Amino acid sequence: MLFKLSVKNMKKSFKDYAIYFLTLVLGVAIFYMFNSLDSQQAMLEVSESTRDMIKLMISMLGMVSVFIAIVLGFLIVYANNFLVNRRKREFGVYMTLGMGRRQISKIILIETILVGIISLIVGIFIGVFGSQFMSILVAKLFQADMSEFTFVFSKDACIKTCIYFAVMYLAVMIFNTLTISRYKLINLLTAVRKNEKVKIKNPIISIIVFLISAGLLGYAYYIVTGGIYELNTEEKMLVPILMGIVGTIGVFWSLSGFILRMIQTSKKIYLKGTNMFVLRQLNNKINTTVISMSVICLMLFMTISVLSSSLSIQTTMDSELQEMTPVDVNLYKTANLPQSYEDSYTGQMIYPTEEQIEDSKQPVSYTLETNGYDMNNLKDIVEISVYTIPEWTLKYSLGTYYEQAKAQFSMLMYDLPEEIIKVSDYNKIAELYGQEQYSLNEDEYIVLCDFDNMTELRNQALKQNSTVQIEGKTLHAKYNECKSGFIEMSASHVNTGIILVPDNFELKEEWKEEEFLAANYNAKTDEEKEEIEKTLSETNNNTFLENLEQKGIELEGMTKISLIEASKGLATIIIFIAIYLGVIFLIASSAILALKQLTESSDNKQRYTILRKIGCDEKMINQALFRQIFIFFMLPLALAIIHSIFGIKFILSMLAALASPSDLLPSVIATAVIIGVIYGLYFLATYIGSKNIIKEEE
Amino acid sequence: MSHVLEVKNIEKYYGNKSNLTKAIAGISFNVEEGEFVGIMGASGSGKTTLLNCISTIDRVTAGNIIINHQDITKLKGNKLNKFRREELGFIFQDFNLLDTLTAYENIALALTIQKVNAHEIDKKVKEVAEKLEISNILNKYPYQISGGQKQRVASARAIITNPKMVLADEPTGALDSKSARQLLETFEHLNQNLGATILMVTHDAFTASYADRIIFIKDGKIFNELVKGEDTRKQFFEKIIEVQTLLGGDLNDVI
Repeated sequence: MLFKLSVKNMKKSFKDYAIYFLTLVLGVAIFYMFNSLDSQQAMLEVSESTRDMIKLMISMLGMVSVFIAIVLGFLIVYANNFLVNRRKREFGVYMTLGMGRRQISKIILIETILVGIISLIVGIFIGVFGSQFMSILVAKLFQADMSEFTFVFSKDACIKTCIYFAVMYLAVMIFNTLTISRYKLINLLTAVRKNEKVKIKNPIISIIVFLISAGLLGYAYYIVTGGIYELNTEEKMLVPILMGIVGTIGVFWSLSGFILRMIQTSKKIYLKGTNMFVLRQLNNKINTTVISMSVICLMLFMTISVLSSSLSIQTTMDSELQEMTPVDVNLYKTANLPQSYEDSYTGQMIYPTEEQIEDSKQPVSYTLETNGYDMNNLKDIVEISVYTIPEWTLKYSLGTYYEQAKAQFSMLMYDLPEEIIKVSDYNKIAELYGQEQYSLNEDEYIVLCDFDNMTELRNQALKQNSTVQIEGKTLHAKYNECKSGFIEMSASHVNTGIILVPDNFELKEEWKEEEFLAANYNAKTDEEKEEIEKTLSETNNNTFLENLEQKGIELEGMTKISLIEASKGLATIIIFIAIYLGVIFLIASSAILALKQLTESSDNKQRYTILRKIGCDEKMINQALFRQIFIFFMLPLALAIIHSIFGIKFILSMLAALASPSDLLPSVIATAVIIGVIYGLYFLATYIGSKNIIKEEE
Repeated sequence: MSHVLEVKNIEKYYGNKSNLTKAIAGISFNVEEGEFVGIMGASGSGKTTLLNCISTIDRVTAGNIIINHQDITKLKGNKLNKFRREELGFIFQDFNLLDTLTAYENIALALTIQKVNAHEIDKKVKEVAEKLEISNILNKYPYQISGGQKQRVASARAIITNPKMVLADEPTGALDSKSARQLLETFEHLNQNLGATILMVTHDAFTASYADRIIFIKDGKIFNELVKGEDTRKQFFEKIIEVQTLLGGDLNDVI
């Protein structure tokens, strides 16, 4: 009997259930998609070292999932609470008919279970299909082979999803039982809300608060963009964040009053159709929802900035990686080891052996050959030496610009000597890397630098003074700006400065700082390359590395494969966690907004009835409703978008080495699509739901 | 005088074949321009159904209702809404003012949904407020004013569009006797000085005594008709009470 009642109830209030159901289904689908990552086909096709990265990612996603489950749990309880509230009267009628609280709880219990099971099935179904698309994304990020497509269903993820959601439904049930047991019959029967007193704010105060809030936001925007150089401590970071929060709340508190006031001054707009009604509705509603609007706005802001900047990290990393890893391997070691030196980390004195000192005076290839490395593994070998002249420090390079630079970047190590390379040496590397080669007259030098902030600094300095006097010789800068170039491969532009000097400039043997070797692997296929990579990285059964270890020779290196994997892995982890969190935040904020709006609609039913009675036709009423919901949905989004423009700018300047604005476009589009679809779905569901609510007879 | 309203033998049935309820079982009457007509009847007599049919909120099962030479039983959809908006004014028992709007805006709303231009709206609202003596409360919200004032605002909203006919459904139902008297005097003023045609449904004899003519309804049919003529209101009131006694129902029961 109760079961029948429950099923009938659900059919009857299906439209009310729409938002709840949508939230559950999306939640389940997203949860399944991210938890099934490990068993997806793309994961099976990637290389072994990538798989380690993926394992790390999966375990991180697992932890994030717990957090997500808590967020979803709260959201579901909230959504469910809305449903129960809407049906207070119905429960009241049951109670007057003699049904006990326990039986009512049972009805709700059956409904919760039914909705739960249906949404689980639908959600997992959508999740399974969605995960196939995820697979394609994963394949693209990890460059896995996806030529053979197979349909994958992850049993583990499915079971995990079921368990997590079962726990959430349990929480809902407990919550419901508690709510029902608190109800009093009289309150249930008279639960239909009446037209309440309207609190009207003083319009002058609204305008003042609005202007102040806008000012606060503007200043916060300025701090994170124009005044970013001032932001050098964590405490200072808090200022724009707090200002942003206060400003957002202030804007929502005053915005409707402000807009109302502005539009009221134009009678033509104000006294047109249902404009007056819509504006007053908004004004009335926003007054009661300042906090939730602000929270939603900030959540959307986070979603937008996190999604678009994380996706752009990937794009920039990809394009920079191509440029920054022109050869397969770089090897380098410290040259001219002294008799004794202080370890910079432990502070202990270190006394190198004769063998170590002897080795440090030789080029890298010497170390490779003498320790039994098979030189046939390498081809296109180029070897150079990097020098430092004690008196030619960064401070000396900057010259008169030093004071200004010091004021701006106090953290830089200005006493560190500059790296110096002979121009012909550099040209050998540049030729191998496929980069621009340079020529120098006897009294000229060139600064190479590609790290954005540093380049700016050096360019300023070069404009002020371009002549240096070193060891009795005078050198002029050939260009009064930095040229781009590097010798060590890295994941991005991180060369803070290399100085090229003419070949006839005498560089003493004792100034030699580093021996450097760049080469390609002598291999054609990726597999062969990975094999050669192992001769440098795999420690087991590797006589060459064992020999180095024995002699205590430190040879450092950087390989293309490891660089790509590291940065791809990093980018991918960031992207997945960002998308996961971003989408869940988006769902949460849309759902809360939708439910708020539906609650409003049912409370405002009477107002629409009045409109109908005084002769508004359905078209006008629906239009008024549409506008109202549209504005209600768009306001937090609009402010969030404005926030995000500055937020993303800020993130970009934090990641100066990684991204440029032009890389943003695709990820901004992707973000817009994700937000458009989810937000749009909720908007539509809200509009249709509200339309049905206001159509109901009293 | 021309007929503003002609009700021709209308019938209204509820339910299905096996269980039919006749809410209106053949009613015919006319209302002349500038007339103030009251409709009285007990709960369930069909008076509200009759009003709903005339106000185009409900449809008749048979018969015709002609308002200002237009047969509204033949109108449909948007035309019906347009007709309601432009030709009729409504006053309800529970005021039906929008609580989010000021008195001014509530009155103006009736015009804005007719797409009247803003300048004219402003002029008209001030004019009608003057006539109904509510100019001083125009900027107040419904919760800031008394029931009587609310009903006068509602009346202003009803007549501002210059409707052919004002339909009032128990307009004094939610008012205390003093406010009720004031409102009825307002109606009298509207009727006599501004020439508004008013059709008022009520079960209260005192309220009804302000009308020129009263139509009594019982079980979906016209039971009796009273014309005030040269009587004073007191005499008319006594006549109404007589008919009520004849009707026999518990007329004073709350609906």
